[in-house]
Amino acid sequence: MQEITRNALVEKASALLADGTVGRVLAWKRGEFDYDVTPAVFQTAEELARDLVWNDFCGANFSKYLIKETEKSDEKVLVFLKPCDTYSFNQLLTEHRFNREKVYVIGVPCAGMLDVEKVKKSAEGIASITEDSDKIVIETLFDGALTLDRASLLAERCINCKSKKHTAYDELLGEDGEVLDSARFDEVAAIEAMTPDERFAFWQNELSRCIRCNACRNVCPACTCEKCVFDNPASGLENKAASDSFEEKMFHIIRAFHVVGRCTDCGECSRVCPQQIPLHLLNRKFIKDIDNFYGEYQAGAEVGSRAPIVDYTTEDLEPNEAVERGDDNA
Amino acid sequence: MRKISLANLDALFAAIAAEETLYLPQDTEKGAVYAEWCEGATLSNALNTVRSPKDFFFPQTENLMDFKVEGKSIEIIDTRKECEDFVIFGVRACDVRSFEVLDRVFLSEPVDTYYKNRRDHGVIISMACTRPAETCFCQTFGIDAAAPEGDIVCHKTEDTLYLDAKTEKGETLLARLSALTEECDTSAVEAQQALIRERMAKLPLANLSASDFGADKTMEFFNRPEWKELSQSCLGCGTCTFVCPTCQCYDIKDFDTGHGIKRFRCWDSCMYSEFTRMAHGNNRLTQVERFRQRFMHKLVYYPTNNDGLFSCVGCGRCLAKCPINMNIVKVMKTLGGKDNG
Repeated sequence: MQEITRNALVEKASALLADGTVGRVLAWKRGEFDYDVTPAVFQTAEELARDLVWNDFCGANFSKYLIKETEKSDEKVLVFLKPCDTYSFNQLLTEHRFNREKVYVIGVPCAGMLDVEKVKKSAEGIASITEDSDKIVIETLFDGALTLDRASLLAERCINCKSKKHTAYDELLGEDGEVLDSARFDEVAAIEAMTPDERFAFWQNELSRCIRCNACRNVCPACTCEKCVFDNPASGLENKAASDSFEEKMFHIIRAFHVVGRCTDCGECSRVCPQQIPLHLLNRKFIKDIDNFYGEYQAGAEVGSRAPIVDYTTEDLEPNEAVERGDDNA
Repeated sequence: MRKISLANLDALFAAIAAEETLYLPQDTEKGAVYAEWCEGATLSNALNTVRSPKDFFFPQTENLMDFKVEGKSIEIIDTRKECEDFVIFGVRACDVRSFEVLDRVFLSEPVDTYYKNRRDHGVIISMACTRPAETCFCQTFGIDAAAPEGDIVCHKTEDTLYLDAKTEKGETLLARLSALTEECDTSAVEAQQALIRERMAKLPLANLSASDFGADKTMEFFNRPEWKELSQSCLGCGTCTFVCPTCQCYDIKDFDTGHGIKRFRCWDSCMYSEFTRMAHGNNRLTQVERFRQRFMHKLVYYPTNNDGLFSCVGCGRCLAKCPINMNIVKVMKTLGGKDNG
């Protein structure tokens, strides 16, 4: 259950609209079903009171929307950010992708978000979902009510939450948390421990499901090129679908390379994948390697930091050493 | 009408697979998918497969022809082959209707021979839905989940599968399976149909109406100001178009193999910035126009060109999969206000 209530968000946003601090509000809007939440721009207190939602399904990270939203007018945009969202926010500022002065950030503590796929795997025909402290009660269309442990429905990125601390905000609702000692690299280590053939089979199985919808790329706060190479007809790479099975791997591996040192591990890529491909594992592998080779580095922990991968120092390890240590990892 | 005990389902599948490749929905860790039947495979009870069965007739990628380059000569190689007979088992009513939507595009002149080849060789065995989901709204488009279309229509009860042939293709196949099945009356199926219709009437989207949309309504909806708000958080990805059983837009591209060309066709998406790019550039400059195109096509343009038939079948896949949860139901409720509260 989330610590801050929906009403607290509505009241705060309405007050800031009323006193002119902000001109509009980027927040989560309720949909047809309890798990159905859409990022939306709110302009009035009435809209906020009617449609704003803050619950266990507010996974969407608004940081990337600020690029477009801050361009729309001179008024400030209010944005609600969860702790993990603030890392993307800082990384985008580091890359000068929007004007900080045009944003008013309200940090919202987060108790973790639920994975809609896990919810749907547990219950067919969902009529309603309500929270009862550490339990989730799902009223179904045909099977009555189910009571499930909230923990069993948490998204993977929330089970392995890296931080409850907001790295950027103008104002906080509730108490701030701490950077956590998460087990997020365990699954990467398990894949590293595979034989090359097993590892190839693992990724073959996962990536063969890719339908090249580009949801991972389009939601990714690190993917902010104005014209992606894969959308550019002049690049020779503009393939909307794979012409052979090898191509899908190329797309995802190239994308993972492109966001090295900039990916904050927000996990949006895996959340939005309609085929449930664990794409975040590719990015985490790079983060783990950077940590091992160059010392721990968290993208978006502060504004203006240089990722080791683009910051030469005389202490950097030599390429052959990286290869040897890489072999130890494999 | 024929019936077979569910205990003998494997024998039925084996008998079909003995002569034709049989595909059926099977469970995986990541949802149900259509996969080829082999000994030991079990039929999924899932309502919908993650990908729609349009793949069988209109695959995401297919080779159209090859070009072989030697010196200054180019040889054109026709890669088409006659498709082998196949059977798709367990297709839901919404997805069966999607084949009609695709047929009207690909089988009208000039006929798409690649599509027709597969369509001619495929037999569709449909399955009524006893457990529709909250995301289902096929009834909005006049589809009856209790009585699907198809070559053979099935109803599965706790212990029995009922089969009813509806076309010549279906009758031929069912005749071949007559040793395994027995003649029966329709009472059990009628009882199930009554239950399904009762359940459909109680679904959260049961009252969604398409009556405001349809043929020749372009000017009523094209310039509506709501498109801007509806599309404001659209990511411009192709998820809705690729999980959709009726989206049929494609692109044709050349893949340079180094010593020749593979000319392939692949799904395209009106959500993409390069879609319908022309010599003068692109006439859909922002996501507002791209987003509008998709829903106008489903609800207005397609019906205009196809005797009023909508090109949404209410399967609910886009409701389940859109990364930002924006979908045709929200569009219809926002724009088609009269009957949608």
